[in-house]
Amino acid sequence: MGRYFRRKLLIYGVTFVIAVTINFAIPRMMPGDPIARMLAQNKVSNVESAARMHAYYNDLFGLDVPLWQQYLNYWGALFQGDLGVSLFAFPSPVSSVVLDALPYTLGLLLPAILLSWFVGNGLGAIAARSKWLDNTALPVSYLLTAVPYMWLAILLAWVGGVILGWFPVAGGYSFSFSGPQFSWNFIVDALHHWFLPFLSLFLVALGGWAIGMRNLVIYELESDYSNYMQTLGAPRRLVRRYAFRNAMLPQISGLALQLGVVVGGALVTEVVFAYPGLGSLVLDAIQNQDFFLLQGILLFIVIGVLVFNFLADVVYVLVDPRTRLGLEGGAS
Amino acid sequence: MSLEVNDLRVHYRTLKGDVRALDGVSFDVADGEIVGLAGESGCGKTTLGKSLIRLDGRMRHVGGTVALDGEELPIGDDRAMNKRRFKDVSIIPQYSMSAMNPTRRIGRMIADLLGSRGIAYRDLKRELVQRLELVGLPEKVLDNYPIELSGGMKQRMVMVISTLLDPSLLIADEVTSALDVSNQKAVAETLVRFRDMGFVKSMIVVTHDLSLVYQIADTIMVMYAGRIVEKASAETIVKAPQHPYTKALISALPEVGLEYGDRKLKSIPGKPPQLLNPPTGCRFRARCPLAGDECAEQPPLVGIDRGHEAACWKLEESNARA
Repeated sequence: MGRYFRRKLLIYGVTFVIAVTINFAIPRMMPGDPIARMLAQNKVSNVESAARMHAYYNDLFGLDVPLWQQYLNYWGALFQGDLGVSLFAFPSPVSSVVLDALPYTLGLLLPAILLSWFVGNGLGAIAARSKWLDNTALPVSYLLTAVPYMWLAILLAWVGGVILGWFPVAGGYSFSFSGPQFSWNFIVDALHHWFLPFLSLFLVALGGWAIGMRNLVIYELESDYSNYMQTLGAPRRLVRRYAFRNAMLPQISGLALQLGVVVGGALVTEVVFAYPGLGSLVLDAIQNQDFFLLQGILLFIVIGVLVFNFLADVVYVLVDPRTRLGLEGGAS
Repeated sequence: MSLEVNDLRVHYRTLKGDVRALDGVSFDVADGEIVGLAGESGCGKTTLGKSLIRLDGRMRHVGGTVALDGEELPIGDDRAMNKRRFKDVSIIPQYSMSAMNPTRRIGRMIADLLGSRGIAYRDLKRELVQRLELVGLPEKVLDNYPIELSGGMKQRMVMVISTLLDPSLLIADEVTSALDVSNQKAVAETLVRFRDMGFVKSMIVVTHDLSLVYQIADTIMVMYAGRIVEKASAETIVKAPQHPYTKALISALPEVGLEYGDRKLKSIPGKPPQLLNPPTGCRFRARCPLAGDECAEQPPLVGIDRGHEAACWKLEESNARA
């Protein structure tokens, strides 16, 4: 098993290096000079002072050295946790801007992913054996999974926020708070703001899990080992327990695959609800052509997806003996 | 009498109508008897085997009765049947290679199965290990997952599991089809040994391999299109078959010691009839070289000799030609 994890870690390491490299390359390959644009925006008309400011900023952002050295510097800075300085929130460092937004995104994503996975799998497993539920839950699930994230988000904001007026439609907390703080009032308020974006992510993901689980459980219940158990008079409960357990395996690897999609969905949803997470930050960064911030956010997203995928790999190996054996090069 | 089957009718429900896979099957199996059940694919062998233990969702018990050790088997009632499965009737399924849960250690799976019947795994562990030794499996396979076993080992493992509660009747459904010849022989011998040691009282061995069943069965029943056409001792079926279909089946087998050279083995022309709308009268009529006018009526299964029955109007003519 050690060999397997070493190989996996190597693969993730290579992926990480490539992702960081692309992340480094994209802004630099884009046409235009961000410093010149910044100066132009600030209407620096004096040629001499413009040239001096250009040189100053080039030096500040490390753009005055050859590309290969910028690349090495980039890696060096990365290991020191230095992602550069944000242009948009100048002079805050990118890392602190991203870290401020990160809890909001994680707070949305983790509960949405995990709850939708648990509830969806449970719902699907029950639907697999109840005709009534199958006929109601399944069409609803198809509808939910086909809905685009932002559309459902807009719909929820309109119904829950505008028509019913139960929930706020924008922000991570009320404007009456000057910033995040640790008090019951703030927590209740933050949860109040959190609910709609969470619900929209949860609902879209839920449908997919329920459909997948229903089909998997039906497949497992039709399989030879289920048949054999039933032929030997095993009670329904035992047969279903086995089927459920085995049907969970593809769902675990499915979870890893879904992560990328859910992260994307979270970005869009945050924009709709003006939720102060990474998604809104991406929008701000793009609108302000803040390449360093964009780089930093993308880096965090890449790390997140890699870490979650790795976790899913580990869990999968722990629950399915077949992968364990296959990886050790044991009996086929 | 261990098993008495009387006019059993089991149909498959399809969108086009009922497929009559078992159309009035009657036979007995004595205590300690191994009955071979032979015939082409689609003649109802497996359906008969399954009917005696568990009807699947599409199968419907239309008529007839089954009694085991003098007590009726409620084959149409899934719930009532559950108490009898494993303990009284058991099966070694066609799909032994995939019969065990791939994600459970074999010992755990057996413990779960026994636990659901209110039997403690601990109490049977010794017996289980002894039986494993008997079929040449070490005790440690109980700690293995099914994928760690070879095909032959899985087959033997399933044989041990299925017979663990000493059922009165064991159905062995095509148990050798997926195995190589040496494993086939070992499995066949194991079945006989299980009977001899009293693990199972009597046995129905479903197979399309007449030469294999000949070696282990006391009696052979030949089925055709959902009915039994001939039943006799294994010796008689192979050496002196009476029904034209049995004769055709036997003559399609190569014989040891004979030089065939360019001669082709005789095959039976045509295919078994569709059982959705089965032909009236004798169902082998369309392929039978002896078919005549009287065959438009269904021939009854009549006794020819002690323990030898066949369903054909032309038995005498058939013998004259042989």
